[in-house]
Amino acid sequence: MDTFDNANPFQYAPAPESRDIARLKPSYGIYLNGEFRDGRGEAVKTINPATEEPLAEIAEADATDVDDAVSAARAAYQGTWSRTTPAERSKYLFRIARAIQERGRELAVLETLDNGKPISESRDVDIPTAAAHFFYYAGWADKLGYAGFGPEPRPIGVAGQIIPWNFPLLMAAWKIAPALATGNTVVLKPAETTPLTAITLAEIIAECDLPAGVVNILPGGPSVGQALVEHPGVDKIAFTGSTAVGKQIQKSVAVSGKRLSLELGGKAANIVFDDAPIDQAVEGIVNGIFFNQGHVCCAGSRLLVQESVHEEVIAALQERLQTLRMGDPLDKNTDIGAINSAAQLARVRALADSGDAEGAIRWSPECHLPDKGFWFPPTIFTGVSQANRIAREEIFGPVLSVLTFRTPAEAVEKANNTPYGLSAGIWTEKGSRILWMANRLRAGVIWANTFNRFDPTSPFGGYQESGFGREGGRHGLEAYLAQ
Amino acid sequence: MVWRHTLPSKAKVSAAKAAAKAAPVDPPARLAVRKTYKLYIGGAFPRSESGRSYPVTDAHGKLLAHAAQASRKDVRDAVSAARKAFAGWSGATAYNRGQVLYRVAEMLEGRREQFLAEVIAAETGTAADAAAQVDAAIDRWVWYAGWTDKYAQIVGGANPVAGPYFNFSLPEPSGVVGIIAPQESSLLGFVSVVAPAIAMGNTVVVIASSQRPLPAVSLAEALATSDLPGGVVNLLTGSAAELAPWLASHLDVNCLDLTGIDPADRVPLAVAAADTVKRVFAPGPIDLAADPGMSRLGAFVETKTVWHPTGV
Repeated sequence: MDTFDNANPFQYAPAPESRDIARLKPSYGIYLNGEFRDGRGEAVKTINPATEEPLAEIAEADATDVDDAVSAARAAYQGTWSRTTPAERSKYLFRIARAIQERGRELAVLETLDNGKPISESRDVDIPTAAAHFFYYAGWADKLGYAGFGPEPRPIGVAGQIIPWNFPLLMAAWKIAPALATGNTVVLKPAETTPLTAITLAEIIAECDLPAGVVNILPGGPSVGQALVEHPGVDKIAFTGSTAVGKQIQKSVAVSGKRLSLELGGKAANIVFDDAPIDQAVEGIVNGIFFNQGHVCCAGSRLLVQESVHEEVIAALQERLQTLRMGDPLDKNTDIGAINSAAQLARVRALADSGDAEGAIRWSPECHLPDKGFWFPPTIFTGVSQANRIAREEIFGPVLSVLTFRTPAEAVEKANNTPYGLSAGIWTEKGSRILWMANRLRAGVIWANTFNRFDPTSPFGGYQESGFGREGGRHGLEAYLAQ
Repeated sequence: MVWRHTLPSKAKVSAAKAAAKAAPVDPPARLAVRKTYKLYIGGAFPRSESGRSYPVTDAHGKLLAHAAQASRKDVRDAVSAARKAFAGWSGATAYNRGQVLYRVAEMLEGRREQFLAEVIAAETGTAADAAAQVDAAIDRWVWYAGWTDKYAQIVGGANPVAGPYFNFSLPEPSGVVGIIAPQESSLLGFVSVVAPAIAMGNTVVVIASSQRPLPAVSLAEALATSDLPGGVVNLLTGSAAELAPWLASHLDVNCLDLTGIDPADRVPLAVAAADTVKRVFAPGPIDLAADPGMSRLGAFVETKTVWHPTGV
């Protein structure tokens, strides 16, 4: 802003982070057996979803690269990595954690460019939490015998890991750190629209002198993921993504007999009681559904408000949404960034349109959407019925469906009325009610008077069709130990 | 009208005694009251809705009884009963669940001789083998009764998160578990798969050994008198091959235990189970004599993690 605007004295001046910090290269390939080379698959451009500008070209992997990577991971598993002592494994992981911290700013800018999420989030959540995850599991590597999984826990072997585009580096950390700590080797496929931080993580891993083949990173599309899932040389599959794909993977693995952990979709209820501190609850509602543009499997996408405070909560929420800043993800003042891809934008639009068609009432703050890029305004639907698609299906976007309830029992019943079960939120000042609710909500993570908190020590994962297995904490080791 | 009891005259009695001596025929043995082996669903003992039954024989082909041959609709009714019972049973205190499981052991101990006879008949085995099995089955209830209020302390706890929050994780039951019980061991095998699942607060639909179902049906009678709420254990007898696919594909079943299915036949069931992301437990050969360990306790639980801010 060039001149001071007297009519709007509290406007923010633009405060963009420099994209040069990302040290973008014109092209990236795959990381296989300790070497960087082009994959044998298609060369695709990864774009900045905020501008639709190409960022770099990715020489993706194909099925033959998967073969090579699995062979390399097998050789490393039987060779160098099994001869590496647990204490040395631990030190490699500590090294990686430190190196991520050292290159944190670069990774944050790179993540924001590739994903579209606000720099404040990649800088303050994604990257530090990824480093913390390596730091946490580093310490487990030489203490596994004390973890409660028997006196001599053994690794499974070669782990095939497939991760989503919503938290690209963080999901890579969630997958790689526990796998290596327990002595497995890894072939990881990042999401097709967000490969850049995963490849940069490969550079960090190489700089940390991790033995060749212990970690292999193969950018690619669904066919690469399928080749990995079906590969006979893979002993364990870990998948984070949609429930539909998770079911296909579970079927494939049912035939091949691999070990499996799944972290799938969600349709979390965020429940606000009439005694909740409304201002805090509104912050929690906003965080719950608009953090990362709602591209969060545990997003609080169904707001259940006690009927007596419905109008008050909605009014406060609408007022708060008018202050959210949507725009350039690299701007440090930005609250809401871009939708990650054209395909995801189409899905969000289609589901929001179904909300209109089924009689819910749509509201969005006035906001200017940039001409280029993939944008969807923060949106609230009120008057939603449990049967509406927007109350049942995961939208994975900044769209909140509001329902009401009268009694705690009704809140529980509505909250649990879903095949999912990943997370839930409770807002009330009454401690006994929190514990009563937490006991009855069928979800793997319950946030009471907070939402969307993550920590390496805290197990994360779902009930029912939100998947099985836990990531994080002592519990997260189990998915990578032989039974 | 007044009834007068008239005693037979001494002469008549003497004559009868003489006749008995003359033709030494044993008095007719008392006719046994045979049991109808039925299903156990929702705390009641219905026959199969299909009206079907099938002959159960011992290894020599001798008929032991006709057991109810459950159908798809019986699976449906059993799942529905299990779901209905889940809130109450999972909401019961761990201490209460422990007492109920211990009560099952008490009931079995009192009917030890009956189960001995039934296991010997069902498995055409020796008395010594059957005694070992019945004793182990009773002791297994005691083992799991003691686990109900300890498992959460072993696997749960506080997580030291890096922020102003208190955070703890606890195991919770997964829900309705569909179980195919071992085919060989008629009683101990059945107890070994059912007890750990309900100890954790799950409710179950269990298909008994197809060829040796009778001791399990008698066990259900002990369950029914052990303060176990109706619907926590629902027992089906019949063809595991016919019933298991309905259990595997049922939308309201959360977990599937394939212990009693031959490994060669497990894949289609595990594939069907994926449609609702069921937790599938498909262990190797079950060693019933070994320490049962904790693996079956962990097979059908979810970890729930709760966060709350700290502050004033």
